Amino acid sequence: MRRTFLLEIVMVAAAVAFLFPVYTLVSLSLKDPAQISQTPLALPSPPTFDNFGKAWTAAALGPSLVNSTVITVASLVALIALGSFAAYFLARVQTRLGYGLYILFLLGIVLPFQLGMIPLYELVTGLGLIGTHAGMILFYTGIQLPFTVFLYTGFIRALPRDYASAAQIDGASHLTAFTRVVFPLLRPITGTVLILNAVFIWNDFFTPLLYLGGSGFETVPVSVFAFVGQYVSDHGLVFAGLVLGALPIVGVFLALQRYVIKGFSSGLKG
Amino acid sequence: MTSVKRSRLTSPPWLFAAPALVVYALVVLYPAASGVVYAFTDWSGIGQDMSFVGLDNFATLLGDEQATGSIGNTLLLTVAIMLVQNGVGLLLALGVNAKLKSRALLRVIFFAPVVVSPVMVAFLWKYVYNPDPSAGLNGLLGLQVDWLGDPSVALWSIAGMVVWQYAGYSMVIFLAGLEGVPRELHEAAMIDGAGTFQRFRYVTWPLLAPAVTINLMLSTIGGLKLFDQVFAATNGGPGYATETLSTVLYKQAFVFGKFGYSTAVALVLALFVAAVSLVQVYYLRGREVTA
Repeated sequence: MRRTFLLEIVMVAAAVAFLFPVYTLVSLSLKDPAQISQTPLALPSPPTFDNFGKAWTAAALGPSLVNSTVITVASLVALIALGSFAAYFLARVQTRLGYGLYILFLLGIVLPFQLGMIPLYELVTGLGLIGTHAGMILFYTGIQLPFTVFLYTGFIRALPRDYASAAQIDGASHLTAFTRVVFPLLRPITGTVLILNAVFIWNDFFTPLLYLGGSGFETVPVSVFAFVGQYVSDHGLVFAGLVLGALPIVGVFLALQRYVIKGFSSGLKG
Repeated sequence: MTSVKRSRLTSPPWLFAAPALVVYALVVLYPAASGVVYAFTDWSGIGQDMSFVGLDNFATLLGDEQATGSIGNTLLLTVAIMLVQNGVGLLLALGVNAKLKSRALLRVIFFAPVVVSPVMVAFLWKYVYNPDPSAGLNGLLGLQVDWLGDPSVALWSIAGMVVWQYAGYSMVIFLAGLEGVPRELHEAAMIDGAGTFQRFRYVTWPLLAPAVTINLMLSTIGGLKLFDQVFAATNGGPGYATETLSTVLYKQAFVFGKFGYSTAVALVLALFVAAVSLVQVYYLRGREVTA
């Protein structure tokens, strides 16, 4: 009893120390330049909210949120559709070729994307998809498929074949058996796939910088990057921009924290 | 059962995997294969004008101070992140796993930075690492360190911000592992007279092996590929002090237009990642036990 109490104090102290950067972030966003230079560590007094309005417009956060949402949602739909169908085949096929194909997909988890970065940039330019949502959606679908296929295949392998077989004996085709019977059973792993890919895609920075920089279709991290570069010396404004830029995903995380943490901690068994 | 129905019970058709395979081949396989080819050319990125130069790019790399330095930096950074992130993550997990009143809140706090964009975390830490003795970390601790400007400190400062962001990730994976340790085993060990440390060493630790494998794998591969944080916080500086393989290959391609050389550096990075993955899959799996 005494020991848990001591441990609790130690852990809470660790959490307070851990939150120091967050305190810095929020308190600076609520200060004017004079307060920031004179009392950088103190609480804002009085707090000002001017930075937020300015940052919202200067960082073009409205349009960026729309771009990030469109790209993330469309990529997730494509990943779940393509990934689950492919994994169903890979988990059930008995041939050597099928197993080889599974290994080929796994290779994509290990390959750093930088190896194909330049040829892919050329390819996407050739297809006329640089500076478009479609180019980014294609990129994320391709780059995250190996991991998605890996998660789905592992899950489907552990699933009894009987459900699909029963449906097929009743006359259902492979397609119907999968979409009506098997896919709904995949809900736990679909949740994991959704969460891990959503966080990755939403926060990804380098490729959208390369493909979307200056196009007017920038995602949130790219807009924030350009905004910080422009107003670098105005810390209050910059930090208000960072708060606003991080708020949507932090908000979603806090609302769904149990599922998000479960997704991150369970998705990598294999 | 008729023969028609029997055939339906075979595996699903290839067509199920075809769309995924097409996209995967287009976005990952074909570009990576081309990248391997480009690594042996002097391609400048403009047009198709290139010739094969054999191993020249790799010879250049060995004589390129920026590139060889970046290999050292990448490895140091990876090892530092791997050790500290997992050490801190394990301690946090053991703490949060105890029956604390605040455990749910603590878990959320320590995990939260994981979901934020690394670029934004780097911008925040760039200020926290302010050289001004009255602001940021210096102000808090009463120090006067130029965290990102001093070449002998900068690399460790980068490691520090990465650990801050991802220790919570290691923590939740360890927590999932700890949940799999049966309470009866602890009780049995306690009856046998084992102390806290002995119970950790002989009961918890062996059963945590799968979580350790996953965490080591994630943190080393993440460390090797590290780009966003370095790019946003120091862009490889001061001098070449925080240059990593990822920042070097980026600069060679997009600042100097040496696309062939850049992909050669990317190939070196790929080989490191592949080596680490193979070692971890084969060696760490061997010591896993089940409850």
